[in-house]
Amino acid sequence: MELSQFYQDLLPALNKGVIMSIALIIPSALGGVCIGIAAGSLRTYGPKFIRKLCDGYAAVFRGTPLVIQLFVLYYGLPNLGIYFSPYGAAVTGFMLCSGAYQSEYVRGALLSIKRGQYWGAQALGFSSFQTVFWIIIPQAMRRALHGCGNEIIYLIKYSSLAYIVTCMELTGEGNTIATEYFRFTEVFMMVGLYYLVLVSCAMLILKKVEQWLHVPGFGHQES
Amino acid sequence: MTAAKTILEVEGLHKSFGDNTILKGVSLTLKEGEIKVLIGPSGGGKSTLLQCINCLVTPESGTISLHGNTVNLENKKELYQLRQRVGMIFQEFNLFDHLTALENVTIALRKVKNFSKVSAEKRARLELEQVGLGDKTDLYPAQLSGGQKQRVAIARTLAMDPEVLLLDEPTSALDPELVGEVIAVIKALAAKGMTMIMATHQISLISGLAQNVLFMENGVIAEQGSPKELLGAGKQTRTQGFCDRLSDLGEGGS
Ligand SMILES: Nc1ncnc2c1ncn2[C@@H]1O[C@H](COP(=O)(O)OP(=O)(O)OP(=O)(O)O)[C@@H](O)[C@H]1O
Ligand SMILES: [Mg+2]
Repeated sequence: MELSQFYQDLLPALNKGVIMSIALIIPSALGGVCIGIAAGSLRTYGPKFIRKLCDGYAAVFRGTPLVIQLFVLYYGLPNLGIYFSPYGAAVTGFMLCSGAYQSEYVRGALLSIKRGQYWGAQALGFSSFQTVFWIIIPQAMRRALHGCGNEIIYLIKYSSLAYIVTCMELTGEGNTIATEYFRFTEVFMMVGLYYLVLVSCAMLILKKVEQWLHVPGFGHQES
Repeated sequence: MTAAKTILEVEGLHKSFGDNTILKGVSLTLKEGEIKVLIGPSGGGKSTLLQCINCLVTPESGTISLHGNTVNLENKKELYQLRQRVGMIFQEFNLFDHLTALENVTIALRKVKNFSKVSAEKRARLELEQVGLGDKTDLYPAQLSGGQKQRVAIARTLAMDPEVLLLDEPTSALDPELVGEVIAVIKALAAKGMTMIMATHQISLISGLAQNVLFMENGVIAEQGSPKELLGAGKQTRTQGFCDRLSDLGEGGS
């Protein structure tokens, strides 16, 4: 059984697109989590000025549409002499946007850790930094995991916005074929299926991470 | 024990939270091997005093001296040093929830005292065995009973080789049947000559261990003396009255 010309064009294009999507998602997710942890910690424990600065960052990136952020990065910044490649603009935009959301989850989790945990460490001679780094963050991470995972799943889906700054990923490739053959239904259902697979993989990985970080009774028990 | 030397000296501690003055100039001196017990009504400032002594709460004024050297509370290094040398046991244990019993003991050894992993574990196992938990090293706090948690907390603090131990009602968050195991550990420490200040409502600890009882009320030490002086038959002291009320509540046994 031969595949029709349409499918012979579609599948390689989507495969190429999904690879680009993955290349966008992985660094954006990792970068987003790192920025989220840093910004979330600074927003909670940082000196006042830095705290305000990070609050401002989160407010701007949570308060404006991602499309606008990407437009500014790709089409706006060249006016200031800052040039991004399509890929660079997309990854930067995703990281900053994701980081802003992640910082909310991280901050919430940090604030939920009881003062006793902090005191327990301080009383043993831990410095403030050591306390936050070795005691508070590892616990907060486990509490934030659900929210952060959810944000990564959103990220997988909003990575489809990369094609508006001409970075040809899954949605962009699909769109090209769809316009060429004028067969929108099949193409976008196929694209949807690809995203579903990506999200399922991400959920599986998150589940593994959750198991790996699991501590008996953690989060349920209140001491 | 002749002419034991002074380890810890606290002078004129003041602390308020907003308009609420909690400590109104508390002073005390602790000699090597001495055990002082803090008692008094709820809200009298016992916990605040202990927290001020190792600066979990910063006093507004007053000095803290170890071996005659006044600690500069503005200097972080000196503060961390003070806290390593003055251990603290909390009412609610404050074990690190994400670490096993063993890791709860090793983490401070490794991060604060820079022990290697192997020597930290060796020391931690020893301390856990001392408090009778040699077989519970791999359990997480959520899997331990209250008494076991408090004993891990004691092991964790002792592993740092403190010179003084501050205990803030170490048994009052425990079910009555678990109080005994923690008291046994504290008594063993006392027998080894550990220097301690302990806030407690446990009559058996007051009369059995204390060389000195401090009765604290409204932010000052209202009475102090040996248990005999304050609690002896027929003494009309406020401490006596307070302890009678404790006994009436049925807290006497251990
Ligand atoms: N962080 C805080 N902020 C405001 N007020 C506080 C704070 N900590 C303690 N207090 C107040 O200080 C007073 C003394 O508290 P403290 O815990 O020292 O008493 P206590 O003698 O230990 O009492 P208890 O026997 O109930 O433990 C209380 O009235 C309490 O409300
Ligand atoms: Mg108290």
